[in-house]
Amino acid sequence: MGLVGTAIEAQLRASLAPAQLQVIDQSAQHAGHAGARDDGETHFLVEIVTPLFEGKRRLERHRLVNEALAELLRNRVHALSIRALTPAEASSQAR
Amino acid sequence: MMTNAVFDRIKEQIERDDVVLYMKGTPVFPMCGFSAATVQVLGQTGVKFQSYNILEDMELRNGLKEFGNWPTFPQLYVKGELIGGCDIVREMYETGELEALFQEKGVNTNAAVA
Repeated sequence: MGLVGTAIEAQLRASLAPAQLQVIDQSAQHAGHAGARDDGETHFLVEIVTPLFEGKRRLERHRLVNEALAELLRNRVHALSIRALTPAEASSQAR
Repeated sequence: MMTNAVFDRIKEQIERDDVVLYMKGTPVFPMCGFSAATVQVLGQTGVKFQSYNILEDMELRNGLKEFGNWPTFPQLYVKGELIGGCDIVREMYETGELEALFQEKGVNTNAAVA
């Protein structure tokens, strides 16, 4: 994981107390597209499981992630895909 | 600070049509994979939607980020309410929630026939 991916991970850990967190760099799939940079690290997928999402709709969950990463999204990251689950949802999906 | 003028335009747009997609490019020529995927999902539901190309309108683009407190595109509005971006629309389609939402809000999903 590069510097940007590491920064995303650190920011989410600090802000959202995740029980599970995966930050996946998908920039290679978008090389040459709009928003891609030669040094990469522009497109990410975040899979995050945290009890903070309980009782929140998808829109509100994504907002929490977007807000935690606001600075990076504004200046460095072109695209962010988000999968946002509560611990209960994550364990029922894993079954 | 965003002027009220662009917020007024947005309000008018999301009230005029039941389903509004703010996207990069157009449904026929989407300029971004996430916008393309969202158009495709909406197509599967058979819903009629109005789209706006935010790449051609910087004022609208910046206004929408602030209006909906949402930093990215595409953005889907149904009956004046922000539903979300590509991931949310896709997940809602897969779980059947999107069609349930259209029914609940009384949105016509027979665009292909009309």
